[in-house]
Amino acid sequence: MAQITLKNLAHSYLPRPQGVQDYALKEMDHVWQDGGAYALLGSSGCGKTTLLNIISGLLRPSHGRVLFGDHDVTDAATAARNIAQVFQFPVVYDTMTVRENLAFPLRNRGKDPGYIRDRVAQIGRIIGMEEMLNRKAQGLTADAKQKISLGRGMVREDVNAILFDEPLTVIDPHMKWELRTQLKQLHREFGHTMIYVTHDQTEALTFADKVVVMYDGRVVQMGTPQDLFETPAHTFVGYFIGSPGMNFLPARVLGNRATLDDGAQVDLGAEYAAVDGQIGIRPEHVTLTESGGLPVTIRRVEDVGRHRLVRAEMQGRPLNIVVPEGTAVAAQPQVRFTPARINVYADDWRVTPRGA
Amino acid sequence: MTLELHGVSRMVGGRSHIHPTSLTLNRGTMNVLLGPTLSGKTSLMRLMAGLDRPDTGRILWNGDDVTGQRVQDRGVAMVYQQFINYPGLTVYENIASPLRILRRSRREIDARVRETAEMLRLTPMLGRKPLELSGGQQQRCALARALVKGAGLVLLDEPLANLDYKLREELRVEIPRIFEASGAIFVYATTEPEEALLLGGMTATLWQGRVTQFGPTPQVFRQPRDATTARVFSDPPMNFLPVVKQGDRVIFGDQVARGQTAQGQAGLFAGVADGRYLAGFRANHLGMAPRDGALGFAARIAVTEITGAETYLHVTHGGDRWVGLVEGVHRLNPGTAVTVWLDPAHVYLFDASGRLAAPAAYAMAA
Amino acid sequence: MDKTQNNKAWFLVLPVLVVVAFSAVIPLMTVVNYAVNDTFGNNSFFLAGLEWFDEMVHSERLHGALGRQAMFSAIILAIEVPLGIFVALNMPKRGVWSSFVLVVMALPLLIPFNVVGTIWQIFGRVDIGLLGRTLEALGLDYNYTNDPVDAWITVVVMDVWHWTSLVALLCYAGLQSIPQAYYQAARIDQASRWAVFRYIELPKMRGVLLIAVLLRFMDSFMIYTEPFVVTGGGPGNSTTFLSIDLVKMAVGQFDLGPAAAFSLMYFLVILLVSWVFYTVMTNLDKADTGRGEGQ
Repeated sequence: MAQITLKNLAHSYLPRPQGVQDYALKEMDHVWQDGGAYALLGSSGCGKTTLLNIISGLLRPSHGRVLFGDHDVTDAATAARNIAQVFQFPVVYDTMTVRENLAFPLRNRGKDPGYIRDRVAQIGRIIGMEEMLNRKAQGLTADAKQKISLGRGMVREDVNAILFDEPLTVIDPHMKWELRTQLKQLHREFGHTMIYVTHDQTEALTFADKVVVMYDGRVVQMGTPQDLFETPAHTFVGYFIGSPGMNFLPARVLGNRATLDDGAQVDLGAEYAAVDGQIGIRPEHVTLTESGGLPVTIRRVEDVGRHRLVRAEMQGRPLNIVVPEGTAVAAQPQVRFTPARINVYADDWRVTPRGA
Repeated sequence: MTLELHGVSRMVGGRSHIHPTSLTLNRGTMNVLLGPTLSGKTSLMRLMAGLDRPDTGRILWNGDDVTGQRVQDRGVAMVYQQFINYPGLTVYENIASPLRILRRSRREIDARVRETAEMLRLTPMLGRKPLELSGGQQQRCALARALVKGAGLVLLDEPLANLDYKLREELRVEIPRIFEASGAIFVYATTEPEEALLLGGMTATLWQGRVTQFGPTPQVFRQPRDATTARVFSDPPMNFLPVVKQGDRVIFGDQVARGQTAQGQAGLFAGVADGRYLAGFRANHLGMAPRDGALGFAARIAVTEITGAETYLHVTHGGDRWVGLVEGVHRLNPGTAVTVWLDPAHVYLFDASGRLAAPAAYAMAA
Repeated sequence: MDKTQNNKAWFLVLPVLVVVAFSAVIPLMTVVNYAVNDTFGNNSFFLAGLEWFDEMVHSERLHGALGRQAMFSAIILAIEVPLGIFVALNMPKRGVWSSFVLVVMALPLLIPFNVVGTIWQIFGRVDIGLLGRTLEALGLDYNYTNDPVDAWITVVVMDVWHWTSLVALLCYAGLQSIPQAYYQAARIDQASRWAVFRYIELPKMRGVLLIAVLLRFMDSFMIYTEPFVVTGGGPGNSTTFLSIDLVKMAVGQFDLGPAAAFSLMYFLVILLVSWVFYTVMTNLDKADTGRGEGQ
């Protein structure tokens, strides 16, 4: 187990990059703490798989260094880095049984057979495949194969880190719950550094202690799920996290008030210096009220079971509201924003309130 | 325009992929097929399209028997999970291809292609090749190609499954809009209950080749006919515990075996006969704070997962594993003893064979 | 998937059926006719039934040719298949060299068979051939016209030179279809090169290997031109394989009856072996996809 440091890391797939836009990963300095459970969250093409492959050694970065603890491993081969990686699509060795698949990494390192047997039994229990250990890996279902891939990633005790590249993509929603919980328990039990790449915010937020959000090859924010939810540092984070994402309205901010385009005033929860930008408020923190709020027009009401989604419009801009189960939706509603939950953004980056 | 399936079934290699099924889909409706992988969604869609021939039963389109008819002769469009576009043609040509096969005039083709592209916001990309587009744009191109010929039946087989989470959200908002504009019969297959709820319309829940329930989506969600439908239509998974009804008391939990019980008023389930039942409730109805009339269960935390403003609590109660979705951020260590609260108004009672004995009171009131 | 039938398509196939009937089926029937008839000369034939077949099955000459043929095919397969796999593993998969190497590998396959034979015939000659003269200069006693072992070695090496490329190209195609993720996983699992070959490459090449073995077996079992041009079946009959023997019988001695019977048996043997291979292949395929559920 080791702390992973990325120093001045950048990567371009082109042999002679001309400018910033040719870089898949823009320059970054980042430290992954030993034993942390991290999620790397972002949409397709943001560079997260590139970053993961650089850490595991499958890709050599065009700039910068990668350090495991104090060792510079930038030029080291994957096999020498002693990491485990689980891919999106199940990779199993077809000619071997489940047991042999799980034992493979240990056998390659020449471990004692008694130890291998015990460890395989332990991992088999954790992934819920102890009854199938002696079956051939070939004819199994996709999620069984993915569990084997996961198991193989976890079977070595002394790995520096375990990297997951969207591992639950092929799994059914019901099975995803089980596997996610098991991963979390695993992290609790063994304490490996785990980095989990995904574009699904639920997976990221439920698995990780710290979530790293990437956008366009850059790390935009790293924080706990709560931080990302309540105080997103960038409008992308506000938009990407939460279903639906944060509502943004252009506004001019001064002191503890924001003035919207049509002149309406909104109370803020803190004091700000003068800003011409946007205010962001999550649909969960918008409440419908009879009077004393801002008028909106309702376009659609969607019933999502545990709550309802009201898709409304304010000043021509879309505004989403989450209405708890059992609450009525008036015909001519008005909305109130919870002041303490409003964030202010200038040029897409969050503005810290005065005195904060 | 109606599509009727009468007793349609299909067997492959000695195994039933679809048990005899009868469904009626009406004009201008969005019909969701909800079920896990291999439950028969794709098989059923292929039968509806005419790509496969049913082993028994008939298929009627507007009253005409089309059971043996080739798919090319029916007005059917299909969109797949993998974005299927002609890689060598531009987006414009891709969308135009069904119309060219139907030999429409050049002017008509141009008008319809532009109209459909506009509806799917593809107008700036008409000159590009599909491989130059992002995943979401490619899938929109496939959608446009499916919609342009104005087919009466549009089948979508998990079309958003290969897309980013956020893109999926965005396209999911657009699909009802497009659907309303077209007026065709839409059939949409998915594994996610949330998607079914967001799309609305009618939902058919599938399990191992059988349609367990078919009806308006909120109704199938709130009033499942049996435990299987309730299971299929719940994400997070539905929680269960055994209950016993005796006279005017309903004992939640198996007192003898588990030692952790709470007794509830029987007023809500007055119409149900005495006996053993399986009580089911959804994760969002399990709470951390006591409420009027709620029952408290002593449980132990297995793991907590925080998603922004809410927390998934995985608890064990006796031998059962439950998942609760509660508001607020609760950081609790595994092994902590907690009391979780459940209002009996949110409980569904299922009898031994899995059929619904008593619906949850809150569902009937809504 | 049931594709709906369009019966009009059969009319398009009719011309092909006519041509095939003319060029293959009817001549084959002629051979069968010869196989069951005998003659007193002067164009009078009488039905001999299975007499020719009986004679052929008991013929010592045939047994000898069959034995030599079997040994030849076995040696060929034992050399070409591992060598082909080895070459395929070492061929570059990407970049400018890969196209170049592909072309070079394909060249031997494009040369007409009798030209191949002629090349090697000259190549091996002690007086003017490069190989012959080199071997003589090295002090080795090499003469494929006199020494049966040298003749065998020459014929085997010639066939390996000619046909290993086929095995290599087939295996190369099989290797290309292995997704990168498997190699990446092997690197992560710290597997040795041998383990990668044994657990990833070999299993995934199984399909193409079966095809390669089937093709090489069939071709080597029917081989005629190359050994005939080089050794003429000699010295003596040490390199007289089944086809060569058959032609000698039919064209040289004009014993059409036994030759026809022999041809039919030859044809049936190849058909039988191919059928066995085919059944094994499809059963393995079914085992793969039948048990696998979902994707």
